[in-house]
Amino acid sequence: MADAVMKMAPAAAGETRLKIEGLNAYYGESHVLHGVDIEVRRGEVVALLGRNGAGKTSTLRSIMGLVGRRTGSIVLGGTETVAMAPHRIARLGIGYVPEERGIFASLNVQENLMLPPVIRPGGMSVADIFALFPNLKERLYSPGTKLSGGEQQMLAIARILRTGADFILLDEPTEGLAPVIVQQIGQAVRRLKEGGLTMILVEQSIHFVSTIADRFYVMEDGHVVDSLTAAELAADRDRLVTYLGV
Amino acid sequence: MFELIGIPPQALFGQLLLGLINGSFYALLSLGLAVIFGMLNVINFAHGALYMLGAFVAWFLLEYAGIGYWGALILAPVVVGLVGIVIEKTMLQRLYKLDHLYGLLFTFGIALILEGAFKHEFGVSGQSYATPALLKGGTNLGFMFLPFYRGWVVVLSILVCLATWYAIEKTRLGSYLRAATENPRLVQAFGINVPVMITLTYGVGVALAGLAGVMAAPIYSVNPLMGSHLIIVVFAVVVIGGMGSIFGAVVSGYMLGLLEGLTKVFLPEASNIVVFVIMVVVLLLRPAGLFGRER
Repeated sequence: MADAVMKMAPAAAGETRLKIEGLNAYYGESHVLHGVDIEVRRGEVVALLGRNGAGKTSTLRSIMGLVGRRTGSIVLGGTETVAMAPHRIARLGIGYVPEERGIFASLNVQENLMLPPVIRPGGMSVADIFALFPNLKERLYSPGTKLSGGEQQMLAIARILRTGADFILLDEPTEGLAPVIVQQIGQAVRRLKEGGLTMILVEQSIHFVSTIADRFYVMEDGHVVDSLTAAELAADRDRLVTYLGV
Repeated sequence: MFELIGIPPQALFGQLLLGLINGSFYALLSLGLAVIFGMLNVINFAHGALYMLGAFVAWFLLEYAGIGYWGALILAPVVVGLVGIVIEKTMLQRLYKLDHLYGLLFTFGIALILEGAFKHEFGVSGQSYATPALLKGGTNLGFMFLPFYRGWVVVLSILVCLATWYAIEKTRLGSYLRAATENPRLVQAFGINVPVMITLTYGVGVALAGLAGVMAAPIYSVNPLMGSHLIIVVFAVVVIGGMGSIFGAVVSGYMLGLLEGLTKVFLPEASNIVVFVIMVVVLLLRPAGLFGRER
């Protein structure tokens, strides 16, 4: 299992994987992101923190090209994507795990797992995925939405791992899940990080991300208002409290 | 010879076969409509006109290129499919952001244009299209006479419906289609070119109508209005089966064809309205249709 994940380790850690500059995003008439700047280096896990409606999910959806309109710059591994169609952006090696999980009701678990096409070599094999998430193997022929919330979240992560994506956007992976499931998801995410995957993690629970992420961006009203490293966070936890009001 | 409740078996089975033939066309057309509705959310009113186009393409091929029935069975659906792709790419695509009603109005316009143009060019009397030599004649089954061509139409339509069902429910491509029907944006975010899939779905959906048109050419005359006569019943079939339900469209196609046939035997006066009476009852009792999911 660990070997399989290690195979995904990127060639050059530390180079820029994603650079967002001056990103504005709109849904119809409503302007949801106001000049967001974010940088993610290869192999890094970056967390986006902030209250509901701060623009975290919109930032992920903007990277995937799923908002109505975007302006500014989103460079992925050297390619400007701000005017690209979503299916072409995905082919640059990104896997997206949406907040609502996006498990398809008319597909069974196996079909859900096999749905995203392989976009790069080096993805996890189905056997490795079952080793990471044994629950899925037992429910292979159930309709996708008959799974529990936790199993649906595992399936949503698992299907991305198959594709060979080396950069994963995880939106609230622990939302609404029981503590024991949160732990299991946390372990899986940590293992993926050790395997060298680059990730952006959107979370409400600082407790969950503080043990995983290398760096944190704090968002408010469609802006990035602060950024700090894991060491800075450990030294000064109160700094976040003012933003998040927890 | 036995008799059933005073009805000669020849008449009963003759009508049942006729019902099954009609049902075969209902099933093929409502199948295409259901596939298109599922993926595009468009009620394709042009379906009947494209069925007519399929029959005319078969007739053109024979008249001007000497290509007979078997060649037309392949070529006419391809031509109709390509026409569909052009319609979707250049026009229909622009309407997805609007309410469903606009797609319906647009395709209704396309249907009127196609039918009007053919009516102007060919009149309404219709062109005859010969039954292919291989399927001329028929056989006496004892209880009824079965023309070979009609038997072939029933068998082919069942095969096409089964193949389409298999492709959608059991193949990888079909799983893309089902997923994109549910959440097209997410499927596209996985790296699948959904806009091209939508275009091809429309092309394949109308190609099925074109195929039905070729199959109909030797039975009914090739006539600019052949589609508009049929499409009204087919819409009732789709409503009864449930919008967007592939299985429902096919099963209700055959069932309603047979039921129409039976009505012709037992209550001939009602045979033209029986499908619509059922549609009204289904809409009142189960608006999502017999096989549809409530949204």
